[in-house]
Amino acid sequence: MYVAVKGGERAIEASWRLLDKARRGDTQFAELSVAQIRTQLRLAVARVMTEGSVYDEELAALAIKQAAGDLVEAIFLLRAYRTTLPRFGYTQPVDTEDMRIERRISATFKDVPGGQMLGATYDYTQRLLDFTLLAQGDGESALNVKRTEPAAQDAMPRVVSLLDKEGLIEQERVSEDAPEPGDLSREPLSFPASRATRLQNLARGDEGFLLAMGYATQRGYAHSHPFAGEIRFGTVAVEMELDELGVAVEIGEIDVTECQMINQFAGSSEVPPTFTQGYGLAFGHSERKAMAMALVDRALRAEELGETIGSPTQDVEFMLSHSDNVEASGFVQHLKLPHYVDFQSELELVRRLRAKHAARDDDNDQQEQAA
Amino acid sequence: MNVPDTTMQTAAHDSAAEGYNFAYLDEQTKRMIRRALLKAVAVPGYQVPFASREMPLPYGWGTGGIQVTASIIGRDDTLKVIDQGSDETTNAVNIRRFFARTTGVNTTRKTSEATIVQTRHRIPETPLTDKQILVYQVPMPEPLYRLEPRTAECKKLHALADYGLISVKLYEDIVHHGSIATTYDYPVIVNGRYLASPSPIPKYDNPKMHMNPALQLFGAGREQRIHAIPPFTPVKSLDFDDHPFEVQRWDHACALCGSTDSFLDEMIVDDAGKRMFVCSDSDYCHDRREQQGTENSEGESA
Repeated sequence: MYVAVKGGERAIEASWRLLDKARRGDTQFAELSVAQIRTQLRLAVARVMTEGSVYDEELAALAIKQAAGDLVEAIFLLRAYRTTLPRFGYTQPVDTEDMRIERRISATFKDVPGGQMLGATYDYTQRLLDFTLLAQGDGESALNVKRTEPAAQDAMPRVVSLLDKEGLIEQERVSEDAPEPGDLSREPLSFPASRATRLQNLARGDEGFLLAMGYATQRGYAHSHPFAGEIRFGTVAVEMELDELGVAVEIGEIDVTECQMINQFAGSSEVPPTFTQGYGLAFGHSERKAMAMALVDRALRAEELGETIGSPTQDVEFMLSHSDNVEASGFVQHLKLPHYVDFQSELELVRRLRAKHAARDDDNDQQEQAA
Repeated sequence: MNVPDTTMQTAAHDSAAEGYNFAYLDEQTKRMIRRALLKAVAVPGYQVPFASREMPLPYGWGTGGIQVTASIIGRDDTLKVIDQGSDETTNAVNIRRFFARTTGVNTTRKTSEATIVQTRHRIPETPLTDKQILVYQVPMPEPLYRLEPRTAECKKLHALADYGLISVKLYEDIVHHGSIATTYDYPVIVNGRYLASPSPIPKYDNPKMHMNPALQLFGAGREQRIHAIPPFTPVKSLDFDDHPFEVQRWDHACALCGSTDSFLDEMIVDDAGKRMFVCSDSDYCHDRREQQGTENSEGESA
């Protein structure tokens, strides 16, 4: 008797052992190394770094290995590790205009200063399963690619800044007295949320959620007429001002994907019709995420731009409260925890209400017979 | 609470806790949470926002309670963790093990021995004392969220003490069902001012919150809110003059200890749907059985 709730401790230990075994899989195959994951599953690593909000390829790869490929679980592992890290300070804003470009495309102009660079992309592959990968691993072609180094890259001005020259797009300049952006990992999310806070939330937000919501904005749930002004992926320097030195020094480089969406804006009585922006930024090569983020960012600017708010994709509180997959996954799956007590309370209520209901029917019957 | 220092105490089975601070959280974070706790105690029932951290346990599994416990626990504390009233449910075991591993403090199953009791969905049957702190794990701290999902709006309603919405909801319950159809997470007014959620405890436990000698702290990790009921604070469950608040009653006694005044869980024990009712508070049930065992020596041991 009472077995149902006893033995939790032993059960948990046994479950850990089973989990280790299940993760390792069939031992006749070689164990997957963290380095292999880091170098060969780079897109998974990028997603885990972005949503885990830690730029560390090795830790992200470790998390993927430990989570047996469950990326949301890997993101959770990385976030839980991140909590324990001390905060030394904040870096200078990253200048993406100075990016060492791997790929850069614009859908708004046929040619742009600096040129279009296709880089490594799945976009123009025909999605046919490549059975040579199944048979003998990578073919020669993968091993013998020589990257053509572009002759000393010129700075690549952002496409948006070209429109800016004509005044066709809203100005995105930081005013002198702008407040420091908040830090969502150090302050609770509160509403109304500034754009800086919203962008932080979206950067950590679940790719699937942003993709679906961004898609919804294209299908009429918040009309925003987007154009992919520019998508660039490459390496940027991270600089930090050190107290002892008093100047900004480069402390490392990170790979980022940036997306600037250009959207129409009808204008208002004060502002002539103009283009507006949605912005997306993600660690590593994460174009889908950066684009979806930019669409959602633009939709969430409805209030500030004086647009009618008629769809959940424009509702800041709805979007920001539900974008985080660590929160969402935890709370959805907490339903696996016992709810005996709450359920017992409901059970008692439903039984009582049913008894009352039955008694009322009996009463009615008797009254009818009497009549 | 005494100030925790940062050296690890126990070396047994805690290899994974190496490199982590006492009670996992760094001291800055604990200080931030303690500030929120102080504010919460100063304004009973008011939800204080705090910068909840990602914990190594999932959101919705007690991260708020864990952060509160982690920021108040000291070396001399004795911790008890219950889930659904029981020390033995897997989540309670897991959280107790987390603190044993990261703090090395003593843990206990006896309510009377604990200085901190972390709980999910129950208040222990054994009355608490003014030497104890009860830490609740809270999924949804906002009592109005089913009626008004926007936190910005809810904040206004609380500021104005405008609780008409919830009265209407309870009234509609009475019209539809003849009685108030909320059985757990039953809303309360704390200290005559703030409407608060008691977390999903059964309404059976609500009266225990009223004038309780223990400090009651509520942590909601995912929702980033902390609220508190200081010791000896009036807590009133919402009701109407002609429909006074009442708690659940059972037609059964506990099948193990025979208690007729504790919250009972129902268990289905065979395919024919035979049922058995036992105390949800496993420590209380166990204690009673031990006492009965010493009173008559053939008492059942479990």
